[in-house]
Amino acid sequence: MANRASRGRLAAMLAALAFSGVLPGAAHAEGTRVPLPSFSVDRSTTCVAPPDVMRRTHMEMLKHRRDKTVHQGIRGGDESLNRCISCHASKTSGAAIGAPDAFCQSCHDYAGVKLDCFECHQGRPGAQARLGGEAPR
Amino acid sequence: MSEHDDLSRRAARRALLAGAAAALAGVTIAPGIRLIEVAQAAAEPGAPVSSRVRWGLLIDVGRCTEGCSECVLACNRENGLDGGTRPTDSQWIRIVELKDRRTGRKASAPVMCQHCANPPCVDVCPTGASFKRADGIVLVDRHTCIGCRYCMMACPYKARSFVHEPLTHQKPEVPRGKGCVESCTLCVHRIDRGDGPACAQACPTQAILFGNLNDPQSAISRRIAEVQTTQLRADFALGTGVRYTGL
Repeated sequence: MANRASRGRLAAMLAALAFSGVLPGAAHAEGTRVPLPSFSVDRSTTCVAPPDVMRRTHMEMLKHRRDKTVHQGIRGGDESLNRCISCHASKTSGAAIGAPDAFCQSCHDYAGVKLDCFECHQGRPGAQARLGGEAPR
Repeated sequence: MSEHDDLSRRAARRALLAGAAAALAGVTIAPGIRLIEVAQAAAEPGAPVSSRVRWGLLIDVGRCTEGCSECVLACNRENGLDGGTRPTDSQWIRIVELKDRRTGRKASAPVMCQHCANPPCVDVCPTGASFKRADGIVLVDRHTCIGCRYCMMACPYKARSFVHEPLTHQKPEVPRGKGCVESCTLCVHRIDRGDGPACAQACPTQAILFGNLNDPQSAISRRIAEVQTTQLRADFALGTGVRYTGL
C-alpha cells in the first residue's frame, strides 16, 4: 500500500515538473503553458522546406542523401548533414549538439529521440571552409 | 525552352568546355596528377561516380626514404586520426620496413588498403557495409557497419582498423566513430572534389603516384606500362589498385 502511495506521489511530482517547465531544454512559448524546446538559431534565412515538413521528414532526407554520398560520391547539396550544420550550429557554442540551446540536441532531448548522427559526424561547421568558402554543390 | 534554344545552348557549353580543357591541358596540380586528368575523370557535380574511372596508386619503393613518415602524418591530419600505434589505434597507412637478409638491402614502403578489384573484405561482410565504389575505391559504410570485424580477418594486408574508443574531434568530411571498422578511403572526399589523396600530395620524394588506371594516357598508366610493377601478394589475384615498383 505504502508503495502505491509513494508511486502516486512521484507521478504527481513529475506531472508538476513537466507543467511548470523546469525540465531541461524546455521553455514556455508566448502565452501558452506548453513547454517547447529552446534553441538559438538564425531565423533570417529559410530552411530547404517549411518547418512542419522539416520536422517530420528531415531524417528521411538525411538518410536518402547519406546513401548517395557514401555510395555514389554525390556530396554537398541542400540535404547534406554538413549543410544543415552550417546554418543550425548554435551561435553561442558553434555546434549543433553539446549544449542545451544547440538546435539538434534541444529538440531531440525534448522529443526523447536518440540522436545518433553525431556519434560519428562532427557537430560543428567546417566542411564549407574546406571547399573554398563556397556553398557545397 | 524550345528545342532549338536547348541545342544551341548545349553546343555553346561544349565549345566552352573544349576551350577550357585545351587551356588547362598539361597543368600539374600535384605530383603525377595533371588538371586535365582530374577534369576528365571527375564526374559532373551531382552525377554518381562511374566505373569508367579506376583510381589507383603506384608506390616507388626506391624513392621512399627510410625513417620518413610524411605520408602517414598527412593521412592522420587529413582524416583526423590521432596517430597512435597501439594495437587498438587506427592506422590507415603503415610504413613497412623490409630487409633482405642475404644481401642486407633495406627498403621501406607505405602499405594501406590496396583497393582490390575483388576485395575479400566485401565478400565476407554480413551487412553489405564493406563495399566497392564504382570507381574502384573500397569503403566501409559506417551506417550499416555492425563492427563484427570479419573484414579485418579477411584482409590479407592488415589494412583495416577498428575504432575502440568514443571519438569527439572528427573532421567534418571524415565522420568516424566507435564500433565501426575503417581503413584508407583514398581520401574519397578529396577525390570527389577533384583533388588527390593527401599522402600522394605530401610525399617529399614523389614516391606515391595517384591516378586513373583506366585511362591509358594518365601518368600512372604510362608509368605502369614502362616499369616493372608488383601487386602485393599477387598470388591471391585480388587485382589491387595499389602497385609497387622497386620492391
